[in-house]
Amino acid sequence: MTIAKSFALSAAAVAFSFVLPAISAAADISGAGSSFIYPVFAKWGDTYKKETGIGLNYQSIGSGGGIKQIEAKTVTFGASDKPLSDEELDKNGLTQFPMVMGGIVPIFNVEGIKPGELVLDGKTLSAIYMGTITAWDDPAIKALNPSLTLPSQPIIVVHRSDGSGTTFNFTDYLSKVSPEWKDKIGSDTAVEWPVGLGAKGSEGVANTVKQTAGGIGYDEYAYAAQNNLSYAKMENAAGKIVAPSLDSFASAAANADWAGSKNFHVIITNQPGDASWPIAASTWVIIHKAPDDAAAVADALKFFDWAYTKGTGAAKDLDYVAIPDNVVKLIEASWSKDIMAGGKPVFVAGK
Amino acid sequence: MTTTDVRPSDVEAAERPNRAKAQDRLFLGVTRASAALVVLVLLGILVSLVIDALPAFGNFGLAFLWNERWSPAKDIFGAAAPIYGTLVTSVIAMVIGVPVSFGIAIFLTELCPPMLRRPIGIAIELLAGIPSIIYGLWGFFVLAPFMQTTVQPALIATLGHVPGLSLLFSGAPYGIGLLTAGIVLAIMVLPFITSITRDVFNTVPVMLRESAYGLGMTTWEVTRHIVIPYTRRALVGGVMLGLGRALGETMAVTFVIGNSHRIAASLLSPATTISASIANEFSEATSGLYTSSLVALGLILFVITFTVLALAKWMLGRVETH
Repeated sequence: MTIAKSFALSAAAVAFSFVLPAISAAADISGAGSSFIYPVFAKWGDTYKKETGIGLNYQSIGSGGGIKQIEAKTVTFGASDKPLSDEELDKNGLTQFPMVMGGIVPIFNVEGIKPGELVLDGKTLSAIYMGTITAWDDPAIKALNPSLTLPSQPIIVVHRSDGSGTTFNFTDYLSKVSPEWKDKIGSDTAVEWPVGLGAKGSEGVANTVKQTAGGIGYDEYAYAAQNNLSYAKMENAAGKIVAPSLDSFASAAANADWAGSKNFHVIITNQPGDASWPIAASTWVIIHKAPDDAAAVADALKFFDWAYTKGTGAAKDLDYVAIPDNVVKLIEASWSKDIMAGGKPVFVAGK
Repeated sequence: MTTTDVRPSDVEAAERPNRAKAQDRLFLGVTRASAALVVLVLLGILVSLVIDALPAFGNFGLAFLWNERWSPAKDIFGAAAPIYGTLVTSVIAMVIGVPVSFGIAIFLTELCPPMLRRPIGIAIELLAGIPSIIYGLWGFFVLAPFMQTTVQPALIATLGHVPGLSLLFSGAPYGIGLLTAGIVLAIMVLPFITSITRDVFNTVPVMLRESAYGLGMTTWEVTRHIVIPYTRRALVGGVMLGLGRALGETMAVTFVIGNSHRIAASLLSPATTISASIANEFSEATSGLYTSSLVALGLILFVITFTVLALAKWMLGRVETH
């Protein structure tokens, strides 16, 4: 069903890209990519249209598709959960900046253990996904959960079978906490999983874990929270046990070194800070530095500026974390420096 | 048509205006073009598959066919796991589906009271009309939990200890995997094989059948020694058509196969098939080599299915001429 949906979406995307410019020149802002950010964009687009009359046409076709479309210039901006490397950006004259943040949570299905009761740490989680810890009553899990009675049941590992930004951030975390994972598996939108079942989409992972006794998986927090999935707590880089929440994601974001990184290429997993959730994730917007249609890009940047300042409440309602103010300042400074048309910045925030 | 005896129809034809002849010629042209289109589309698909698959074969060589590693992170791709999964699930489907289909067909043609023949026949045909996504949902939500809690633990506890078979039935009960996918496929090919088998059983001359019964043969003996040998080649053809469907089935399998690019001896382990891999990974394939490898998988499936269907047609065709 997700396949049919994505076919319909891409068909719609193709149809729109032909039809829209012909009908109206003062067109909606067009974008495509990450499905992680789609709910926020949908909400923002709605409100923004009411306030300004300019709508947002965002196609949730996945990060990979978004990157392809912005490279082909069929949309004004792309959105990806995996940042592009400096070389990839330079090659196509692109720039990127984070738009919103969220968290990824381990979800599980073990009889008798309630949501939030289970505690895991990076080492144990990577060993489970590596296939070296295979039962729920393994000493490593017992040591982290002395008060729980864990069953002697095989652990059924569930991962995404489609390429996904969620997988990228999750495997990035596993690579940071486990040298063995980094060496053998690495991090990407799809990797060579050593064990487990693949399921398509966030809903596929959630359903497979729900269906399978002894299952463990990972999903975006926003999805898990809205569907009441039983998530686990994690021990973070500072050695503290934290629960997934907007505050713990925000802490991870605040502790990340945005200013010291080129092209905002910071992956906010395993960040320092006592309150930081270890598997936080961001979604980047990717846009052309020297756009063919400067007016369209100006419209888009104006919308992003609005979203950074006025869209924070809506993001919070949907279980996403807004970009901190100090980072927004950095981002908007980068716009006036990088995104030019005819020797002048396309859009200067605050004017 | 001869010139010596002139029939009334010929006279009539000669008297027709030229317009009618032109019309006929146009009709011929249009139908011929339609027929040519089919061949062109087939060749077009083949050519575009080959062109898009070239980067993958250029990069990995023929080793692409037997290399098991599938690592999008490192841009290393091999088709062995999907090919293995495709073949094994299809074989399981055949092992379960063929005997059951034959049983249904024999019951319908030899033993069934005439009153029940139509309802059962229609039920079988309706089974063929259920969209594959429904089989997938059913497999995932109903069959898989049953497999995980009941069937697979039982298999592991019994057959898992039999020397030789233990390899096939080892590991954790995942619920989904090769065996579950094979069972779903078996149900899906059932109507195809059954309806073909029933039709070919009906081609056995009544005289042959009646004579056999007249000689005192039992129903079992008539089926075993008369009906099956008489229709053997057509039966194989029917089975191959079912196999063709099992090989290419996508949605239902994607739900219950487990989508994991590994080759494991156990039938309970998660695996992947060619079509499931393509359906899962195409939309997010970021590198050119990744996309090309998926197209190459498609080409391999095209060749496998084409071979199976060609064999089926050839066998069914030989029966009709004989």
